[in-house]
This record gives sequence, structure tokens and C-alpha cells, in this order.
Amino acid sequence: MELFGLSIPLYGWQTVLGSAISGVFLGSIYALVALGLTLIYGVLHIINFAHGALLMLAMYGVYFLWRYFGIDPYLAMLVIVPAGFFFGYGLQRYVIGWASHGKDEIILLVTLGIAIVIENGALFFFTATERSVRVPYDLDGIDLGVTYAVYPELAALAGSLLITGGLWLFMTRTDTGKAIRAVARERQGARLVGINVDHIFAVTFGIGVACVAAAASLLVPTYPVHPQIGSLFVLIAFTVVVLGGMGSFVGALIGGLLIGVTEQLGRLYLGESLGLITVSLIFILVLLFRPNGLFGQKTGQGSS
Amino acid sequence: MFEIENLHAGYGQMQVLHGVDLHIGAGEIVALLGSNGAGKSTLNNAVSGILRPREGRILFEGKDISGLRSEVIVEMGIIQVPEGRRIFPNLSVRDNLELGSYRRGRARREENLERATETFPRLRERLDQLAGTLSGGEQQMLAIARAMMGEPRLLILDEPSLGLSPLLVEEMFALIQRLNAQGLSIFLVEQNVMQSLEIAHRAYVLENGCIVLSGVAADLLDDPELKKSYLGL
Repeated sequence: MELFGLSIPLYGWQTVLGSAISGVFLGSIYALVALGLTLIYGVLHIINFAHGALLMLAMYGVYFLWRYFGIDPYLAMLVIVPAGFFFGYGLQRYVIGWASHGKDEIILLVTLGIAIVIENGALFFFTATERSVRVPYDLDGIDLGVTYAVYPELAALAGSLLITGGLWLFMTRTDTGKAIRAVARERQGARLVGINVDHIFAVTFGIGVACVAAAASLLVPTYPVHPQIGSLFVLIAFTVVVLGGMGSFVGALIGGLLIGVTEQLGRLYLGESLGLITVSLIFILVLLFRPNGLFGQKTGQGSS
Repeated sequence: MFEIENLHAGYGQMQVLHGVDLHIGAGEIVALLGSNGAGKSTLNNAVSGILRPREGRILFEGKDISGLRSEVIVEMGIIQVPEGRRIFPNLSVRDNLELGSYRRGRARREENLERATETFPRLRERLDQLAGTLSGGEQQMLAIARAMMGEPRLLILDEPSLGLSPLLVEEMFALIQRLNAQGLSIFLVEQNVMQSLEIAHRAYVLENGCIVLSGVAADLLDDPELKKSYLGL
């Protein structure tokens, strides 16, 4: 079939479905990266430019744990997720918060600066060489009929769903989770019930980085690590956040899966490199027709 | 139990309070009256730890609390119901109430929630509703109920009657008297001079950051100066 001068191949439904399923697996990782981004945006009202760099750093962490201590990438989650939380907590409380004096435009620059430092630090210390983890089971999997799902893909989907669900429970059932949501909309009111807003900001940032660390564990078995890997994922995560709606959890999950499927189908029909254009296309369409995203709240309602 | 001595406070270049002195005894309702811009909210923010005073002392049970962080002040039992309510619109009424005991009174959260919803039956019907969907009067009730969840020892009410219908204002002042009758010390910051003086034991009048008049509420009601400047009589 010809479309705009491009020849679009016609595939059977099995191929298309198989491609969509692998998109779901990929999308679940996007969702996890976007989850951290949307949480930080929703509460601190800042766009964390360091998100991709932190993902890359966490992937190196997982890689080195495997390389030097023989720790399985999935098991590494037990180390890397708490480490990510504390690193994020400290970064917000003692670097970003301290350097920005609470001014949003400065925060933006501070996170951008952190990203540049981390990325170039990685380039300097780890070099640009791609490094891959070999796990014995990376090609084993389950035959789904239309496609063959390897265990790392299944783990990515299960891990993302579990983490999103767990985080949702945390945000709706615990005092700290409720305090995070309270601070997101009403900082002054939060202070007056005795919530330490700086602490809550840091906890939120910590959780955002912990999400990225979990995503790193799920990614490393299938993706090689290099200093620029973060920007690839975070660019798509931004699209997911805009599609799902800034600050929305469900939006991040659904948005991530939609983008993953779109990207894989794009690759199937338009080829490996041109396929990614579909993601950008969705981004533009959302901005044109539904600027608040699928699950986003109208902006300008917050009083803080 | 509570005392402010020579309090100076302001924002940036602007000095708002120029040496305020006042005190509140245990079990009292003390009203702070003044028009817009007199410095009432600045005073409240300094007391609640939102704004650091420039000079002077704020004593709570003999301890200087000026400049302490807001969560420490809440922990001591000084709880403010701010102007404009400042409830959490994106949380349910129940979550708002529960967060009222985030720092203080957590151990008796269930009992206090029960008591709060007894005092405010309207909130009981709306426990699972988002607080942002409540009417203005209901939001004011929620703000007070949320403060009560923290088991206050001194309750600061900043313009609780603002934006309420005359009937609701009546109800609000009756409620303040009821809470006081249970032994709670109340600092009532209001523009509504007449009704505040009717329920308060003592009152202060703040003008341009200075206390210009103070005394027993009943006496102030008859004060010719106050009548002239606030009631136009």
C-alpha cells in the first residue's frame, strides 16, 4: 500500500498483534519512568530534567552490581531502589531545594545542571562503551502464539504493574502518601497541620528516583547501558506524561502502554528508524486536541 | 498561657508589625480586631511559624516559640485555622480530617474523628466526598474540624466568618462559644467587630501594626472611640 510516497506493508493480524504485545512490554517500562516524572511534577511542580541521567546512573548501578558482585539484575532491585530513594531524597533536600530557594525557574536550571554533571561524569568514568548484562534466562520465555515473550519482558510488565499498584496504595492509604497529595495542592494548609513540606518534597523526589531505579533493574537485562541511554527513555516518558495528563498515575500507566504499542506498530509499518515518528505525532495531537492529557486535571485550579 | 511581647514582623522591605504585645489566658476567648491590612494575618503567620519574627518574643506556657518551625508549633498544640480555609481540595473529607492529626493527636484519631463528625453532622454525610466539592460554609466547618483533630490547646481562628452568610456566621460564633465552653483557649482574629465582641472575653484592636485599644470585650462594646471608627456610630 502506498501512503504519502511511503510503501506501507500489509501484515496478517498475528504479526500486528504480536507487535502490539511487545509494545505493551516496552510501554510498561515507559510507564514506570513516566510515573516518577509525573509524581515529581504533580507535587513539586517542576520538570525534572535529571530524570534520564538518574535512570542511566541506576542502570550503571545495576550493571556494576552484576559485574563485580554477581548480583542478578532483578535481585539488585533490593539494593538499587532504596539507594535511589535516599539519593533522590538527599538530592532534593540538600541540593535542589538548597540551591533554588523555592523558585521554580531556578529548580529547572538546577535539575538540568545535575543532568549535565551526571551524564558527563558517566562519560568520563565509565566511557561511552556500551555494556550489557548477560543473564542465563534472557532468551527463555513463553510462547504466546502470536509472539514469543521472553522472561525479561514479562518481568518488566509484572514489575511495572506491581510498582504502580503499590505506589497507588501508598498514596491513598498512608499518612505520608496523603501528605504528599495534600502538599501537591495546598502547601500552606499542609504546614498548618504540621506537615514538614521540605521533607515531603524530598520524599516525593526520592520516590520518583526509586521508580527510575526499579525501571533500571527491569531494563538492564534487555538494554545495553551507555551514558546517553537515559535521554532516549526520558524523552518518551515526557510524551507519556503529557499524553496521560501531568500528575496522573493512571495516566502514566495507560499513557506508557499506549506509547509502547504505538511505537512498536510504528516500527512494524514504517521501519526501525521512522517508526518513532508515531510517538512524536501522538505528542502533537495530544497538545492540539487534549492539552490536559487523557487523565489530567485542568490547570490553574491549584492555589499553591 | 500565651503571650506576645514586642513583636516586630514583616515581609522583605515592608515592616508590618511594630511591637505588638498581647496575652491569652487559659480558657479565654481573645479577639483581635482590625481592618484589612492592619497586620492580623502577619501576626498569625508569625505565631504559627510560617513567618519568622524580626524582633520580640512569643511565649507559650513560658517557653519562647518565636522562630520555631511550623510543625514544632503544631506539635505543641497551637493550631491555626487559616483565612481562606486552606483545606485539601483534592482529598476526601475523611482524609482531610485524618491529616489534621498528622503531627498531633494521632493516637486518638478514631475517637477524635467520631467527635468531630458529631460536632459537624454535615461532614459525616460527606466523609467520602472530595473536600473541594463542599460549599464555602462546609469548607469552613471542615477547616475547624481538621484543626480539632490535632487536639489544640490554643486554637487560632483567622477570619472564620469571612464569606459566610449571616445565618452561618451566627452558627459559627455559637460553635466557637461551645468549643470554648469545653475548656479550649481561642484566639479569634476577625473583622466582624460586633459579633466577636459579643462572644469574646477580652479583645485587642490592631491598626497599622500596633495595638491601639485593648480591654474587656463588654467595655469595648461601649467604647465611643471604637464605635466611631468601626461601627460608624
